[in-house]
Amino acid sequence: MKKYQLGEFEEIVILTIGILYKEAYGVAIKNEIETRLSRQVSMGAMHSALVRLEDKGYIKSFTGEGTEERMGRPRRYFQITALGKKAMEYSKDTRNELWRAIPKVALDLKIIG
Amino acid sequence: MPPRFFLHLFRWYCHPNLVDHIEGDLLEVYGERLKRIGKRKADLRFIIDVLLLFRPGIIKPGEGYKNLINYSMLKSYFKIGWRNLLKNKGYSFINIGGLAVGMAVAMFIGLWIYDELEFNKHYKNYSSIARVMRNLSMNGEILSTPILPSALGDELRSKYGNHFDYVVMASSTDQILSTPSVGQSGETKLTLHGEFIETAGPEMFTLHMLHGSRSGLQDPHSILLCESVAKALFGNDDPMGKTLKMNNSDRMDVKVTGIYEDFPYNSEFYGMQFYAPFELFVSANPWAQSLSFTNDFLNIYVMIGNHTTFESASDQIRDAILNNVREDKNYVSVNPQLTLFPMKDWHLRSVWKNGVMAGGAIEIVWLFGIVGGFVLLLACINFMNLSTARSEKRAREVGIRKASGSARIQLMSQFFSESLLVVGLAFVVALVGVSSLLNWFNELAGKQMEMPWMNVYFWLSSLIFILITGLLAGSYPALYLSSFNAVKVLKGSMRAGRFAAIPRKVLVVTQFTVSVTMIVGTIIVYQQIQFAKDRPVGYSRDGLLLIQKTSPDFYGKHDVLLTELKNTGVVLELAESSSPPTAIWHENGGFDWTGKDPAFIPQWGTLTVTSEYGKTVGWEFRNGRDFSEEIASDSAGFVINEAAAKLLGFDDPVGETIRWGGGWRSKFNSFTIIGVIRDMVMKSPFATPLPSVYFLSKNGLNWINIRLNPQTSAAEALPKIEAVFRKIIPSAPFDYKFADQEYALKFAAEERVGKLASVFSVLAILISCLGLFGLASFVAEQRTKEIGIRKIVGASVFNLWRMLSGDFVILVALSCLIAIPIDYYFLAAWLKQYEYRTEISWEVFAGTGMAAVIITLLTVSYQAVKAATMNPVNSLRSE
Repeated sequence: MKKYQLGEFEEIVILTIGILYKEAYGVAIKNEIETRLSRQVSMGAMHSALVRLEDKGYIKSFTGEGTEERMGRPRRYFQITALGKKAMEYSKDTRNELWRAIPKVALDLKIIG
Repeated sequence: MPPRFFLHLFRWYCHPNLVDHIEGDLLEVYGERLKRIGKRKADLRFIIDVLLLFRPGIIKPGEGYKNLINYSMLKSYFKIGWRNLLKNKGYSFINIGGLAVGMAVAMFIGLWIYDELEFNKHYKNYSSIARVMRNLSMNGEILSTPILPSALGDELRSKYGNHFDYVVMASSTDQILSTPSVGQSGETKLTLHGEFIETAGPEMFTLHMLHGSRSGLQDPHSILLCESVAKALFGNDDPMGKTLKMNNSDRMDVKVTGIYEDFPYNSEFYGMQFYAPFELFVSANPWAQSLSFTNDFLNIYVMIGNHTTFESASDQIRDAILNNVREDKNYVSVNPQLTLFPMKDWHLRSVWKNGVMAGGAIEIVWLFGIVGGFVLLLACINFMNLSTARSEKRAREVGIRKASGSARIQLMSQFFSESLLVVGLAFVVALVGVSSLLNWFNELAGKQMEMPWMNVYFWLSSLIFILITGLLAGSYPALYLSSFNAVKVLKGSMRAGRFAAIPRKVLVVTQFTVSVTMIVGTIIVYQQIQFAKDRPVGYSRDGLLLIQKTSPDFYGKHDVLLTELKNTGVVLELAESSSPPTAIWHENGGFDWTGKDPAFIPQWGTLTVTSEYGKTVGWEFRNGRDFSEEIASDSAGFVINEAAAKLLGFDDPVGETIRWGGGWRSKFNSFTIIGVIRDMVMKSPFATPLPSVYFLSKNGLNWINIRLNPQTSAAEALPKIEAVFRKIIPSAPFDYKFADQEYALKFAAEERVGKLASVFSVLAILISCLGLFGLASFVAEQRTKEIGIRKIVGASVFNLWRMLSGDFVILVALSCLIAIPIDYYFLAAWLKQYEYRTEISWEVFAGTGMAAVIITLLTVSYQAVKAATMNPVNSLRSE
């Protein structure tokens, strides 16, 4: 019954986590988004979104090993939860419904000749 | 490596849960960028990233981290603090006691200063009322007086009226008021102190009227009484409209037109029992009716308007008298200038030097403020010292807490809360102490202060005070204890190095310096008082009765009184004089003699007496002789005091002539000197005596002086004397004063200072000793093992005692040395204000130094001996 609150950027992030499956950690997510969508992603925005998503319960995280490039700092890997999947589907269905409801004419933009 | 500052910045603000992996991400990305775009750009990007990461989701949450210091933590701190206090009852007592004493002292002084500053605030127009003062330049000095001439009132009103809302002339007086006898109830007669004041006076001083109104002085034959006097005169009857006789003179009948509330004790006009119209005074005294600019006999009070200030009003009225006396060359030469003396300075800055306010009670307020501050400081120092000393015992506790993960700020708040606990307890004890001792303090200080339970400012300032003291006193222990290295402490290799002892030593030296300074100061104050008291007075004070002539009935009765009183057998001599022996009521200038320096304009005391005066008060003659009724030429003769004789410059002044013009009491112009007496100390015992002349007259004699027979006691003599007075002057109440009591009043202010100073010195020493006691016991405890070993190796108790006490004695000796120059500087400055003063001798310093050392030894010896006599088996076995 409750609406699933999922912002635009958050949706992108959670989709990217889905894409990366078991490889979804901070830098990977950032690079993936930048490559696929050709848009610059700041660390701040992305980590904020990750924190928010985790607070909402749409993703969960587990700690991985540290590497040398990270000076031994561990990596945090993210996974989508069942709730998160529901949220994504809800979002997708809502969008599709809205798309279907647009009359053909509105999208045929041959007005000014 | 990415820029260090921003890396640390990030680590600081980031939430601990997130910091690790986000930092890892940052570093990874930085590494990539470093390869791709070079160091500078990578650095720049890094900085941007760090700044953009400063977001709500990532910053450490404030609430989350307050959880370090939450309610249960504080409860635990207080519990542990309380248990600590109970564990060492002796130390806790010393700590809390010392601090409580310091706080109580500060509270007393605070109350006293508050009372002094609140003086006169009872009057609503407090900030705009002033007294007009007249400055005269004489002999290179400027004298200031509030005595003004009668024409000045109208002058100020007409020419300068736009500056003043009110201009009121007044003359204070003592009068006998009597109710008429009605039927059986006889008349009630009282001598009351009051003021003749112009009609606008009650309004200006915003008298709080209980009956009637403030305009009750319109009718010249009216009077306003204060509540207590109304009760005394009329009992419970309604006093309004009743008539009273003033001075038994029919010309001065008055009707009661109003009753005002008594003034509180901390106001200038406390004890002003009635107000009567100024016109009444003028109508009853023809000499006051002429409007002149030179008949100085009254005071003038003004209230300035809202639009002006005291300075500008003073400037405007400066020449008000000068402009009207241009023809009088003598007067013009002393340059009379007017200036205003604001009400807010009446109490605290009443001393005038060179024509301006130069201090007065305000200096004592400052002095006591500083003293109070110091005593409190001592108590705080004590607290700090003892806490840090004891802290070494808690080193292990600190070590364990740190090892278990306590943050430094937690440790600091633990110790701050402990010190706040102690300070709070000390405050409660101090409050109890102050409220129970307040009556005693009121007597000591001559005030009527009350505990300000209702005053919001009191509680507010107390709270701030507790916080400041707690933080201040607790700061040293908190910072010192929380800095322990956990590993070193737990391993047991923690040694409070020699350097830890130095701050403690500095604190002890400071304490004792302050205490010794105060003690020496007190001693010198008492010395000064005693010095002035021991000064030869020039007459005999004991057994000398003084009666003021307060009504016309007293006059003309001299011979009758003399015979009657001598007949009683309890009176040896009687004489009349214009001033009591404890004051000089009349000073005049206009003296001249052969050989006088024309530039020198002497202003001498001029006192009229009857011929028996010398025998009555006990003059001591240096040259010449006393007045004699038989010698007719004595009526144009002067008896002068030594101070005057010195100024004359004659080898033997007896027989020389002095010319005196301008004094309005004398008939003659030339006087011959009959005798020279030893200076009578009439004014201040701390000042050089005023050169004075005494001469015979039948007029202007306001006081009756009676020499009691030394063989009878005062208790016997008084009723007999009273009986004679009742017979001869039935209309007046029998009010008398004793000369020795009046003289003693002159020391009142200094004695009060002396008493207060001694009380505070005792307290200071007490606090210092408490501190020393605690410190000594701590040191002894710390060196228990060392003492045990020394004993085993063969040291005697005496050796050990000397070793332990020696350290402290050195510190105290050092403080004495430091105290000497400080004391000398301040006391020399204080003594300078007294012309007649004692010397600061080195014996005082030596004596106090010895006393301090002895007190130290006593305090420390107890602990030292206890430690030295302990069984070494026990001391070496402990822990």
